[in-house]
Amino acid sequence: MLKMENVSKTYRHRGQTVTALNGANAEIPEGDFVSVVGPSGSGKSTLLLMLGGMLSPSGGRVLLDDQSLYDLNSDDRAFLRKQKIGFVFQTFNLVPYLSAIENVQVPLYLVGKDHSSQQTRAEELLARVGLSDRMHHKPCELSVGQQQRVALARMLANDPTVILADEPTGNLDPETSQQVIDFLAEVNAEGRTVVMVTHDPRAAERARRILRLDRGAIVSEKPGREARHAAA
Amino acid sequence: MRLRTLVLREIFERKSQLLTSFLAILLGITVIVSIKNISYYSEKAVAREMDSLGANVLVLPKSSTLQDYYAADMQGDTIPEEYVTQLAMSDLAGLDNLSPKLSMPVELQGKTFTLTGILPKSEFQAKAAWSGAGIFSRPVGCGASVGMMGSEDKKTLARKRVIETLEDNEVLVGADVATKLGVKEADKLDVLGKVFSVTAVLPQTGTVDDSRIFAHLHVVQDLSKKGSVINAIEVIGCCQEISKGLVEKINHLLPDAKVVTITQIADAQIKINRMMSNLSLMFLVIIIFVGGASIANYMYANVFERRREIGTLMALGANSGLVLRIFLLKALILGVAGGIGGYVLGTILAVILGPKLAGVIVFPMPLLALLAVGISVALALVASYFPARRAARLDPCATFQEV
Repeated sequence: MLKMENVSKTYRHRGQTVTALNGANAEIPEGDFVSVVGPSGSGKSTLLLMLGGMLSPSGGRVLLDDQSLYDLNSDDRAFLRKQKIGFVFQTFNLVPYLSAIENVQVPLYLVGKDHSSQQTRAEELLARVGLSDRMHHKPCELSVGQQQRVALARMLANDPTVILADEPTGNLDPETSQQVIDFLAEVNAEGRTVVMVTHDPRAAERARRILRLDRGAIVSEKPGREARHAAA
Repeated sequence: MRLRTLVLREIFERKSQLLTSFLAILLGITVIVSIKNISYYSEKAVAREMDSLGANVLVLPKSSTLQDYYAADMQGDTIPEEYVTQLAMSDLAGLDNLSPKLSMPVELQGKTFTLTGILPKSEFQAKAAWSGAGIFSRPVGCGASVGMMGSEDKKTLARKRVIETLEDNEVLVGADVATKLGVKEADKLDVLGKVFSVTAVLPQTGTVDDSRIFAHLHVVQDLSKKGSVINAIEVIGCCQEISKGLVEKINHLLPDAKVVTITQIADAQIKINRMMSNLSLMFLVIIIFVGGASIANYMYANVFERRREIGTLMALGANSGLVLRIFLLKALILGVAGGIGGYVLGTILAVILGPKLAGVIVFPMPLLALLAVGISVALALVASYFPARRAARLDPCATFQEV
């Protein structure tokens, strides 16, 4: 379970104090699929960074499976990340000089898997996202949709329980966006928790819950389309 | 995926950016290795000269410069052969042997060699005018010529600088001459239209003597058409007498000649060696500043350029230690490559330029590889440490566009 308890984050920028998060509270149970929406600068990505243990809050606590993330040092948080969290980014963030299969192998290397285990697992994941025939291509030799699929395969490398997605469809055409959202829904159906920051209302609707952020605070929460249908 | 794969892939992806730093370190190490290599063999040559020649004295034309003992007679200017007679007839104590020389360049089979005329000792002894008052009537045992008395082996010329007998049609050839011309003992050799018989091939000395053809002084004087002149007189002097002022006495006797001891020449060579050593130190300092600054600058730029990639690795679970290792391994590879490349290039340069710059034959010194790699790696690691530490402390938030 992911939990935010009265989390706030303030920055100093050009002599002024900027509030990115302002007493945010959220509970995301295991297996949930949550969309975080809101205008630019509302604190969506800050929230995601905090859930991923990459940005310490100015106040409050962030808990992952009852462990307060920011009571751990940065190396311990990195260890927790590679064991439990899968990231997917708007700009894919593939390592440009590595092939698709090598990109997927990176998280496996980070947890200490040997070369043949890395190879087998990466091949399996790339096959799952339909890129068996592009395994040795570099990111620049792949279409944006294919790049995002490599990123999705990388995200699943260490079988994470939590998926954090930052605008995963932001750079994609509607058809590919649909495929990515379908994929996230699929991994959610496997029991993984998915938290997705998005500007795309159609993508947001695919989640079970939609959290709206405004000026650093969660101002509303509503069920997604499928949850509403299920309730109806 | 391994750490080295991650690092090597990045290096080859952005190799053009790395090139400047690599060249800075490569050239610096090349210069250090070549200077060290040449000065080592140069110092060795000086030591060998001192060891084999003892306290020899050279009588040269006034205008000659002191650079290389073995090439002292190859500077073109001459002194009268009569000086030899004056020395031999003098009552100076401590003159154990005299070896006048006249040298001229000759071209054989398209290659240039030095034809050097020498006067065999038998001729001194044969000259009645020198008997009694001459140097050979003195008791033996003072200087380096003792070993020459009665020696029939012409190859001793290579070391002792004096030969017992040499006929008009005989030549002795240096090791390099024999190799380049493909001649051996008893072969015939045509020099400037005169046919000589090769009496002996001299052993390798590592000096310009290896490129000489030795013939009788008077034959060379005839071939050069310069008359009764010589370029130098090598004097094997008695050590004690030299220390008692033999040089000054010869100077007094021959005021129009320059008289120097091998010690002075060795001193000049030692000064050159010291200069080369200082030069090498200067290059070391330059490479530390220029090479170090270049590497540090490149690494800082590399960290800045890769901050998103580093952030991604951190988001995927890389800790700061791993990020530090990524950059330090890259520096290590750069250092090892620069060190090995610099050693190889520096050694090639030293082997090629050593004989031309310092007049010594230079051989590769494997021990310098350790020095080269050591300096190069230490420099690359130190220069990269702070940029690497900055990378390790990067905020992984850089991965995200919006914060």
